[in-house]
Amino acid sequence: MNLLRLFSRSQSAPAARERLQVLLAHERAAVGDSDLVTKLRDEILRAIAKHMQIDDEKVSVRMERGAKVSTLAVDIEIPFDTDKKAA
Amino acid sequence: MGKVIVVTSGKGGVGKTTSSAALGAALARDGEKVVVVDFDVGLRNLDLVMGAERRVVYDLVNVIQGEAKLTQALIRDKRLETLYLLPASQTRDKDNLTAEGVETVIGALKQAFDWVICDSPAGIERGATLAMRHADIAIVVTNPEVSSVLDSKTLKAEAGDRMEKHLLLTRYDPVRAQRGDMLKVDDVLEILSIPLLGIVPESMDVLRASNVGSPVTLADERSAPAVAYFDAARRLKGEALPIAIPGEKRGFFGKFFGRKVA
Repeated sequence: MNLLRLFSRSQSAPAARERLQVLLAHERAAVGDSDLVTKLRDEILRAIAKHMQIDDEKVSVRMERGAKVSTLAVDIEIPFDTDKKAA
Repeated sequence: MGKVIVVTSGKGGVGKTTSSAALGAALARDGEKVVVVDFDVGLRNLDLVMGAERRVVYDLVNVIQGEAKLTQALIRDKRLETLYLLPASQTRDKDNLTAEGVETVIGALKQAFDWVICDSPAGIERGATLAMRHADIAIVVTNPEVSSVLDSKTLKAEAGDRMEKHLLLTRYDPVRAQRGDMLKVDDVLEILSIPLLGIVPESMDVLRASNVGSPVTLADERSAPAVAYFDAARRLKGEALPIAIPGEKRGFFGKFFGRKVA
């Protein structure tokens, strides 16, 4: 059991290096406010706010920054309101 | 209503962030609802230690300045459902932390969580005192080393008598203690006279856990530091567990409860 533990945890430094590299790459990209994901997040929220009242509490924004691909997930609860739909 | 804990120290680098993450995860693993808040604005590192650095969307300062809702800034841990993180911003000025803003945020977190653990910056500067102002319990993280003990003494005086205080002795090296090259637990306790919450042995497991971005209590829950943090978490919940000094021969309590700690 101890041997197994030793094997399974032998390499942690490469993980640290990779995590720092990804973080720094994104931070470099963010200088001058060009962090694409952040920009997209703000613009998406603004675009939706133009057309409807967004309840801030019903908006969830999740990001996952990766080495090659980042993902952005915006969940917005849109109330079903017939009056507004007709307008 | 949840309990607010501030994890603090006089001196930097003693293990506040490690301890905040480890205790938070230990409590959450028992099903408690826990949020760990990074108060070290300007020097974020709790998200790194907890492995959430890629998922930070908003931070504490965003919430205080009204740019994001609290629920939007909270990041849920990928491993534990009841563990949340409120990250600090690296790019912002710590003066953005206003007393009223901090009070509002902590007040709201207290309503929603069983434990609010504030990872405070070292010393007695603004960020640290702001976090401390609303805490029910202060955990003073100290290394068995002269400057750390002295700074903790100063910090203790600064914190006043209002809140409950606990001492968490970290980076305790049993080998050096045995050689007589390190302050003894009793010496530290006598100087600080703060009740002891736990003794965390110096260990490679802590570095390994932070490398992979996991609280040490989740990275390897059977490692010596993890066991020490789990015990400390149980003491926080009110259990009266005997404290084993790492590397020391089992005493009276050890015969009954002792486990190999180092």
